[in-house]
Amino acid sequence: MLAHAIFFYIFSLIAIVSAIMVTVSKNTVHSVFFLILDFISISCLFIMIGAEFLGMIMLIIYVGAVAVLFLFVVMMLNVAQQKNQWFSAKESSKHIPVGLIISTIIFFELIIVIGGWKYKPDLVSSMSLNIDSSISNTHAIGYVLYTDYIHIFQLSGMILLVAMIGAIVLTFRKRSGVKRQSYFSQISRERSEGVELKDVPSNQGVKSDD
Amino acid sequence: MIDIGLGHYLTLGAIIFTIGIVGIFLNRKNIIVILMSIELILLAVNINLVAFSIFLNDITGQIFTLFILTVAAAEAAIGLAIIVVYYRNSSTIRVEEINSLKG
Repeated sequence: MLAHAIFFYIFSLIAIVSAIMVTVSKNTVHSVFFLILDFISISCLFIMIGAEFLGMIMLIIYVGAVAVLFLFVVMMLNVAQQKNQWFSAKESSKHIPVGLIISTIIFFELIIVIGGWKYKPDLVSSMSLNIDSSISNTHAIGYVLYTDYIHIFQLSGMILLVAMIGAIVLTFRKRSGVKRQSYFSQISRERSEGVELKDVPSNQGVKSDD
Repeated sequence: MIDIGLGHYLTLGAIIFTIGIVGIFLNRKNIIVILMSIELILLAVNINLVAFSIFLNDITGQIFTLFILTVAAAEAAIGLAIIVVYYRNSSTIRVEEINSLKG
């Protein structure tokens, strides 16, 4: 139990510090690196409390895909050296106090909600799908995900498909002045537009470029 | 302090959620950092769902965390595509210069 507490505090401290560094870092590439550190420490927490499948999935999806996507875009757009300072700009300085006040209020509201739940825990009694401790976490998720939640599962697949098509459509552009091979126009070419028969008068020949 | 319970995980989720909110409110320079703050907020929601799922002994929270992961990945892809298109059109993604809607 002591080791569990020590690991929890270590991982959550790393997560909080790296989350702060994501927002205040001057360099955007450093922000992406701290985001990766944040995801890794949170997935360590997930693995530690017994949600191994989600911890591994978070490593694969967030660190392997989303953060690398962020890194690609940051390096492609050349905004890595764009200064991320939010205390010196005179235009934005009027947002800072209001933003800080509202964030503090949100934080204390969340803390009050947690405290209220903690001191009256019999408000929540939801025991619909118990975790079977004799099978592994991945088995338990699989038994539920493909039976009770199959429609939502397929719907999330549709969301991913729509996101993929949307990203391709948004970033696709047709460049002018570049010669490209078009299979469709090649195949759909017909004899009538490619070949022309001419009557050649004798002793005069044919002008080819008219 | 030693006995780690549900309240500890919920507090961690609240702290990371608030850091994400602060990142959205106070960042006036770089819109990619705003997208990263949205990812932090979704991460805090995932922490809450997984903690409730483990401590209430109910697998549903982990299922919904999977769906939130899906939506977060789709949102990151679409958001970054929009940023790339905007940068291509106006060659800036500074938040204070994106004001063509005059909002």
